[in-house]
Amino acid sequence: MDARVTNEVNYPAAGLDRGIGAAPRDKIVDVSVENVVRLFGATAALHGVSLDITAGELVALLGPSGSGKTTLLRILAGLDVPTAGRVLFDGEDALKLTVQERNVGLVFQNYALFRHMTVLENIGFGLRVRPHERRPSRKEIKRRALELLDFVQLSGLEKRYPSQLSGGQRQRVAFARALAIEPRLLLLDEPFGALDAKVRRDLRRWLREIHDKTGHTTVFVTHDQEEALELADRVVVMSEGKIEQIGTPDQIYDDPNSPFVFSFIGESSVLPVNIEQGKIWLDGHALDLPADDVPSGEARLYFRPHDVVVSDELAGAIPGEILAFRRHGGTRRVDLEVSGRDRIEIELPADFSHGLSGWLGIRPRRYRLFPASEASAS
Amino acid sequence: MADVAVSPSVVLSLRGPSVTTEKPAVRVTLIVISVIFLGVFLLLPLAAVFVEAFRAGVGAYFAAITEPDALSAIKLTLLVAAIAVPSNVIFGLAASWAIAKFEFRGKSVLNSLIDLPFSVSPVISGLIYVLLFGAQGYFGPFLRSEGIQIIFALPGIVLATIFVTFPFVARELVPLMQEQGTQDEEAALSLGASGWKTFFKVTLPNIRWALLYGVVLCNARAMGEFGAVSVVSGHIRGKTNTMPLHVEILYNEYNFAAAFAVASLLALLALVTLVIKITLEWRYADQIVASRRH
Repeated sequence: MDARVTNEVNYPAAGLDRGIGAAPRDKIVDVSVENVVRLFGATAALHGVSLDITAGELVALLGPSGSGKTTLLRILAGLDVPTAGRVLFDGEDALKLTVQERNVGLVFQNYALFRHMTVLENIGFGLRVRPHERRPSRKEIKRRALELLDFVQLSGLEKRYPSQLSGGQRQRVAFARALAIEPRLLLLDEPFGALDAKVRRDLRRWLREIHDKTGHTTVFVTHDQEEALELADRVVVMSEGKIEQIGTPDQIYDDPNSPFVFSFIGESSVLPVNIEQGKIWLDGHALDLPADDVPSGEARLYFRPHDVVVSDELAGAIPGEILAFRRHGGTRRVDLEVSGRDRIEIELPADFSHGLSGWLGIRPRRYRLFPASEASAS
Repeated sequence: MADVAVSPSVVLSLRGPSVTTEKPAVRVTLIVISVIFLGVFLLLPLAAVFVEAFRAGVGAYFAAITEPDALSAIKLTLLVAAIAVPSNVIFGLAASWAIAKFEFRGKSVLNSLIDLPFSVSPVISGLIYVLLFGAQGYFGPFLRSEGIQIIFALPGIVLATIFVTFPFVARELVPLMQEQGTQDEEAALSLGASGWKTFFKVTLPNIRWALLYGVVLCNARAMGEFGAVSVVSGHIRGKTNTMPLHVEILYNEYNFAAAFAVASLLALLALVTLVIKITLEWRYADQIVASRRH
């Protein structure tokens, strides 16, 4: 392995202290999305989405494919136009601005680097194409491009062409190119989508550091919940053109507000239950968990596989018959059968020991109940 | 014998021939057939053109290509190509841009219409314009009253040539542009580049070699076209004769040396085209879709 490649996964934070690429305070914007609808023919990619992003925030748009997250990003960038609704940058109507006028730094999933230009020419592109009166001198463009190249820790690669770079290096060139225009808003479309797992994790940390240094309002699209939860200040979970939940990573993970978010984020186990007299009934057997104010009737009980207390005491607990134990990294997973038909999985410490068969009583520490109608809708 | 070192080739042959290798006799026969075929149908005629061209001597050769009618034919051919090729570059760029980067109604119709000239006999292509613009054609009376002559004049020759060479540039660019998508353009626009700057600094460089490839093929056809041009030209010596038509006239007058002399220029053009084409295919194979199609 050559030295450069090893170097790539090792990002010293030292280069970040110089304020290069930092967003001028007055330039970063609050973004406000109001009831944005986008129809493609008869199908709606976005049904009335509203979202407020504070200046300097790092926000993740998270959702499965087809959830409308990329459409929303493209609307923010000015590459797509909503059918209805408003987009405001600092209270000013952004839809009146052309793509060029929006001054948005965009990083594409496949980087979209200009293949016939060197790394340096790519980074300087946004400055070179400015109208004459706002264009810096040739020397100044070169100086700034070199500075940004140093900022993204690729010094020495300025004469290379994109095809001569690794995926992670291309990603950083794309980033430097977007920063060069001093954007008011940074938009990243699946920024790590095309990279392998190790480079991905390192770049994730690197991006967070860069964001903290430069202070740009940043929105990134991802389908990778781990990425969203680790990186973002706030996560916007989307599904089928609607926003399901907006919140900090903790709120999203610990307090999912819908069956969709519960099953999409992290792992979840689900059991069909009945709510009657303020109690949760599982197959005619009352659980000693409060049903809160969930209306009577059929419901679904959601909980996290790792967020449970296990004992041999079955009364008031979810009785599960052990089917299998599996070692999974630092934990041990147990497949259980409940009520003779539902399979659930729980996660226990690796040193948990128990006979290979028998029954376990499971008490979720944290759980959510959703009426069956709502749960099956998603 | 036992301790004789076995060379790798012996080892290979010991394993027996691979399943896709034919017997030597079969191989030799196939190669000989190909060589004879190429020789008889391609190399021999090509050589004959040059031999015949110089049969009456170098002096006669140069006299034949510098006499006024020949010069006029050469000039006309260059002029027609100089109009037809850029027109088709513009059309080809516009059409492939539209087809590759946008969704619209009738896109597939446009896409297949581009290929039409390939499937129409060149004579018919010429005839279409006679029917439209000739004295008895649809627009004939109007054009005559306005004093505009299209058929048996330069405009007709240019139109017929454009029609025939229509697909060359677009065919080359459409698949490449489709493959490249619109992300580079979107990146350029978001970086503040205007539409024109995006086109000249991003789109055009991305397709430059494929474009050149298309232009070279288009040019070769534009200069060499006979059928369509023959119908609309009227064969007026020194006026509406292109090089291929001039060759035909000389040949019909039994002026073989002169006919072959002019023909040798066309043959030379073909060779130059071939060299450029091969160079492009070899050097920029990844950026030229045609070289991947076959």
